[in-house]
Amino acid sequence: MRFVDEYRNEADARKFLTAIERLAVREWTIMEICGGQTHTLIKSGIDRLLPQQLTLVHGPGCPVCVTPLELIDRALAIARRPEVIFTSFGDMLRVPGSARQTFEVSKTSKVSHGARDLLGVKAQGDDVRMVYSPLDAVKLAQKHPDRQVVFFAVGFETTAPGNAMAVWQAKQLGLANFSILCSHVLVPPAMEAILGSADNQVQGFLAAGHVCTVMGYWEYEPIAERHRVPIVVTGFEPLDLLHGIYLALAALEEGRWGVENQYSRSVTREGNRAAQKLIGEVFEVCDRQWRGIGLIPASGYRLRPAYAGFDAELRFGVTDMTAQESSLCIAGQILQGLKKPHQCSAFGVLCRPEQPLGAPMVSSEGACAAYYSYGRMGNVKRGA
Amino acid sequence: MHSAFSLQCPIPISDYPTITLAHGGGGKLSQMLVERMFAPAFACPELEILHDGAALDFGLTHIDEQSAICNLQSATRLAFSTDSYVISPRFFPGGDIGSLAIHGTVNDLAMCGGRPLYLSAGFILEEGLPMDELWRIVQSMSAAAKAADVRVVTGDTKVVERGKGDGIFINTTGVGLIPAGVQIAPTRARPGDIVLVNGPIGAHGIAVMSVREGLEFETAIESDSAPLHTLAADILAAGGEAVHVLRDPTRGGVASALNEIAARARVGILLDEAHIPVQEEVQAACAILGFDPLYVANEGKCLAIVGRSAAVPVLAAMRAHPLGQQAAIIGEVADGQPGKVFLRSRIGGLRMVDMLSGEQLPRIC
Repeated sequence: MRFVDEYRNEADARKFLTAIERLAVREWTIMEICGGQTHTLIKSGIDRLLPQQLTLVHGPGCPVCVTPLELIDRALAIARRPEVIFTSFGDMLRVPGSARQTFEVSKTSKVSHGARDLLGVKAQGDDVRMVYSPLDAVKLAQKHPDRQVVFFAVGFETTAPGNAMAVWQAKQLGLANFSILCSHVLVPPAMEAILGSADNQVQGFLAAGHVCTVMGYWEYEPIAERHRVPIVVTGFEPLDLLHGIYLALAALEEGRWGVENQYSRSVTREGNRAAQKLIGEVFEVCDRQWRGIGLIPASGYRLRPAYAGFDAELRFGVTDMTAQESSLCIAGQILQGLKKPHQCSAFGVLCRPEQPLGAPMVSSEGACAAYYSYGRMGNVKRGA
Repeated sequence: MHSAFSLQCPIPISDYPTITLAHGGGGKLSQMLVERMFAPAFACPELEILHDGAALDFGLTHIDEQSAICNLQSATRLAFSTDSYVISPRFFPGGDIGSLAIHGTVNDLAMCGGRPLYLSAGFILEEGLPMDELWRIVQSMSAAAKAADVRVVTGDTKVVERGKGDGIFINTTGVGLIPAGVQIAPTRARPGDIVLVNGPIGAHGIAVMSVREGLEFETAIESDSAPLHTLAADILAAGGEAVHVLRDPTRGGVASALNEIAARARVGILLDEAHIPVQEEVQAACAILGFDPLYVANEGKCLAIVGRSAAVPVLAAMRAHPLGQQAAIIGEVADGQPGKVFLRSRIGGLRMVDMLSGEQLPRIC
């Protein structure tokens, strides 16, 4: 496939690996921001091909992972309402809320009470639908004027233009039965939070290419300056990642910092101006809770007052719902690069993809799911 | 008598445009459905429509003499399989629920090393199903059965109330004969064996999904749904007793099928990503959705695990067959790591290929 096969070529990968090996003298820790990058690294086995001096830690760039637990509970509560058609991207459907499934075990059967995730709500007969675009949810709202259509708008800057477009369109169409449950988060404030933490181990970043396609990379320049770290805007194919790692490593070994753009086939310094304009029209920056990490100031988007009528949390009155995290899950430390998934006591034992304790085990982009599915078990025995 | 290939539905559409509960009631309408639609479509000497079952002659008169399996007469083992088809949408590029119901069971029998002979067909129809759709599905089943050289010799029809079914569910059960000397079983995979596949993987799952979810790609991806019994016979003729395992990787895809085999045989399997054929359109669709083609369903693919010495002749036999022109060696059975499947990535890294937990769900970004 064009623009893919070129970036999965073994001979070129070997050249990069040899160059990386030659460069690596001291020990370095580099964080890839995006969960998609984490998956490529593990899926293609790059993590095992790199020299030992180099540690890759996995960043918070997995929208499913950082969406607060209480927001999942709010989604479940809204989805259970009879008038609602609840729509979502596929991978949010399996994220469990805080209500642990309780089993009443009789001699012959197990009876479950309450749905744990959106798929469970759907199985109980409520109207939950998977969509591929928020614009499909707008179409549903047009088609079903007697129902309330809610879209679960999660994600980073990458999905913000689509979600903004959906709300903007709904407003143009005068749709009173469309709303979004919004949990948008932003990458630069999370990087600042990681770099500003007392325990920080990250010395360089691979920034997320798709986020930068929308936003450009000018926002990263002051971060690189302030914290004296190299930030390499990186793509998602194996060779993109090897190239990004090579550039970050070269900067680290030479004592340089600043922003470099590996993903120039998609990213410019300014980004996509039209998309940014639309985001600015519909959303404004706000403080956001990050699951496992906590509150990060000015780290997300909410609907502007002019679009508040499309806010599902207000429409359905679920803003006061809170939730308690499992005390066993160390997702926060994993998302900040402080620990690896197999260093968690629940990993692979109490927490597995079919029975996840925390979101990084649920999402197709979550670091824990990547480690589990691709067999990076440390000393943990699978399926115990 | 209505011809099986008449272009028009033989049930007077003006009178009965849709299935009604009476079509399953056992009375005149039931009889009309059977006599005018099913019986002509599946016409064969064994189909006694007024009887509850078929009496089958073991003389096997309908098998032609050029059959690739020449020692069927000495067959001592019966292959027996059942499968139910509930697919939505009922029609998709490359097939429909009718052809799928024939191919699926034919393939299950073929993967036992059996020569598929007779099928039963059970229909559960939902009140309100357009008669014309049923007609098209039955015609498609009839054509698929003829092409696969199997006979539908007995059947059953029930109608459920509107809202209690999804238009149509079909169950097919089939029997076939396993020629003497053929020993196909997942437990027979052993270290050193070679893993082959007859062509590009993942087309069926993506074709069905694109229709179900209304996804539009530049070129329509067609299901690979096809009967695999002649391919299986050619593989057996080329590899003989060195053919250890045959498997059609349907739901759960190649990854799940190989994990099952690895677990049953207590062996490890090592795949080479660079050699696994995937159609460009399927690869692109998977990239957009965040799917791995290794987990996407196939309905016309056959995995063969054969002794090392038989790999070259089996590959040649597969490539000589119309359904195997893009056949490839994709991996081998390894010593050690019993029960696990590994994959050498295109760039030379190594990872495990796990069983799928739940369905693959499209990702956010």
